[in-house]
Amino acid sequence: MKKFICGNDAVAEGVRLSKPHVISAYPITPQTIAVERLSEMVEDGSLKAEYMHVESEHSALAAAMGVSSVGARAFTATSSQGLLYMAECLPYASGARMPIVMMNANRALATPWNIYGDQMDSMFLLNSGWIQVYVEDAQEALDMMIQAYKIAEHDEVLAPVMVNLDGFVLTHTYELVDIPTHESVDAFLPPINMTKQVMRVEDPKSLCISAGNDFNFEFKIKQEKDLQASRKIINEVDKEFGEAFGRFYNGLIDTYMCDDAEVILVTTGSVTGTARIVVDKLRAENKKVGVLKLRYLRPFPSDEIRDVVKSCSRIGVVDKNISFGYEGTIYTNVNSSLLSMEKAPESINFIGGLGGRDITKNDLEDAFNKLLSQESIEKVHYMNVRCEL
Amino acid sequence: MKHNAKNITNEEFFYGHKACGGCGESLAVRLAMKVLGERTFAALPAGCMSAVSFIYPNMAFTNNAIITPFASTGAVASGIAAGLKALGIDAPTVGFAGDGGTADIGLQALSGAIDRNDDIIYICNDNEAYMNTGIQKSGLTPYGTKTTTSPAGKNLPGSITMKKNMFEIVAAHDIAYAATASVGYLEDFMAKVQKAKDTKGTSYIHVFAPCPTGWGHESNVTIDLAKQAVDSGLWYLAEYENGEFKLNRNPKEFASVEDYLKVQSRFKHLKEHDIEIIKAHRDKKWEKMRKYWL
Amino acid sequence: MSRPKVKSWDEPKNVDAYPVGATCDSDHLVSINAGWRSVRPVIDQEKCIMCLRCFLVCPDGVIDKAGDQLVIDYDYCKGCGVCAHECRPKCIEMVKEDK
Repeated sequence: MKKFICGNDAVAEGVRLSKPHVISAYPITPQTIAVERLSEMVEDGSLKAEYMHVESEHSALAAAMGVSSVGARAFTATSSQGLLYMAECLPYASGARMPIVMMNANRALATPWNIYGDQMDSMFLLNSGWIQVYVEDAQEALDMMIQAYKIAEHDEVLAPVMVNLDGFVLTHTYELVDIPTHESVDAFLPPINMTKQVMRVEDPKSLCISAGNDFNFEFKIKQEKDLQASRKIINEVDKEFGEAFGRFYNGLIDTYMCDDAEVILVTTGSVTGTARIVVDKLRAENKKVGVLKLRYLRPFPSDEIRDVVKSCSRIGVVDKNISFGYEGTIYTNVNSSLLSMEKAPESINFIGGLGGRDITKNDLEDAFNKLLSQESIEKVHYMNVRCEL
Repeated sequence: MKHNAKNITNEEFFYGHKACGGCGESLAVRLAMKVLGERTFAALPAGCMSAVSFIYPNMAFTNNAIITPFASTGAVASGIAAGLKALGIDAPTVGFAGDGGTADIGLQALSGAIDRNDDIIYICNDNEAYMNTGIQKSGLTPYGTKTTTSPAGKNLPGSITMKKNMFEIVAAHDIAYAATASVGYLEDFMAKVQKAKDTKGTSYIHVFAPCPTGWGHESNVTIDLAKQAVDSGLWYLAEYENGEFKLNRNPKEFASVEDYLKVQSRFKHLKEHDIEIIKAHRDKKWEKMRKYWL
Repeated sequence: MSRPKVKSWDEPKNVDAYPVGATCDSDHLVSINAGWRSVRPVIDQEKCIMCLRCFLVCPDGVIDKAGDQLVIDYDYCKGCGVCAHECRPKCIEMVKEDK
């Protein structure tokens, strides 16, 4: 059934269809509508879940960990300040291999205070051991909530998943979204069934234990091994989802017009949609351009990136964040995967969108034109700044 | 049926841990687990109890147990209870936290749990400082205590604040059941744990538990000191039930505060003036309790 | 015996054999605590009246009340002396560990 809903609504619908046992979420702009919708669904019975009114984001994820620790399906959602408030709980959950799914509305970090969308928040948590996926539109948001549980709970993965939506730009804009039926989702996503890392009356376990300098390292290596192995599952689940629902997302990355592109813009999230339109315009002018959409930033799709960019001369990486004292974070990550290429393309950073500054079609067209130009260009560019630098 | 040494189970659920010899807190956990039983899901934050019982590969709990982030005992325990309820599993959930993990960093999560009336038992093991990290002052460190962050010297008598009134803070939430206890009165403690187990909704027990290492006393007088603290009026046994406070034990005469203080090296530096402050604070509290809680 | 007993345990041979998550089975003791103490409690069974106070107050729960006489699990006794101090008939003696 198609409905005209916003990104937050789509998240709520995807969560409803995934039948979590407990929802524990604390409100923060621009995620609030998602958790409000979920409370309405619990109230009217269309979602049978416990709804915990937690008193902070830290408790939201801590409660979700409690839920997950006994083998129940947990959901929480946050953004920006809230994500950083609960930050210590992220590696906690990933080390404990808890298949929690969390929606994060990408939003700027104080200071200065800003409630609009950029990616500063989730970039902080790239090292946390969570799978991180960035969705482009409301449909993908809904679909990824369902896929996220399937990936997270997979026996060979057992990792928490953060589904990122651009704040306001995606959370609050409306589009036509297909909402699958309960039956079709139930056929795709079975009830949660954890045994290895949960507490059960019939098999008592000690969880979130300590490991000294004699054993800690091995626990962490195992966690890393398993997170790397999740790539295969991510691609498999995407394929299965496509077969069940008719929408494929191409796994860790997606591409648009990259096959013969001379220059490629690397994007994450909703700006990809803008980039596609700009690509169409420039292609009509016979410019060989393409867009590489990084869907997942963890695990990082280095092989896939190398494969896509191998024949182009320059790539531009769009970052809606800065790692102060260095450069855009996605830029750093992408560059490191280019290192092992015999002939890597030149790589340029386009930083924009901070604090909700629009990234317009013109900005992206400028970026493409810079990449296409024959002159040497600076490594780091700021898009759409209102004054002299 | 009141729990006592004869009828309480012989089975041990908390055993082989690496706590110091004579640890009051470990006794509280041990006996609480006997009352709550093998189906119990226990949540413990950072602190001595978790630090000594989950060191891979030695696990001291025989039942399900989880370490929580320091601030999150109340939240994780609430999540466990919600998850168990959603899965249709009937089993008690208990959180064991220290004084720091309750009154300071853990206060927010505890408050939230009580506000939601989550079906958990929360037991605060109060040894009056952050012991696991090396005896630093907490919100429940009493006046005049020498700790590693409130040293006693020429200028200061150790810590200069009184204990936060956790029992009344919790009661102010109109909690389903709350009690104060002491490892010096073990039958009373076990009876209160049973009451908490039988309470639908959140219950809170604040158990006073001496720490030989942190307090600087002989390891064999732990129970003794816990009793003396109650008998001298420095700690009290009370309950909050059905919206009313009740003092369980009202000594006609207080035992000697000096006798209690002088065997603990954390109080060795106290001058007469400081002891007067301690006694005055005690007297003020008891005047109120005797007026309203009897 | 209703007390957890020390188990023999081999460490995982490779990374994949480690537990999933930061997890371990409960009731899993692979080492004993006995090396800590300098004195050990010895019960004079003749004088003992089986009031079970020592069983109750032991912070480590090493006193077993199942049988006709109390039995101390010296694998896990730390020699803290609370039992001897609390014993009313004074029938527990803290005896120096022979080295």
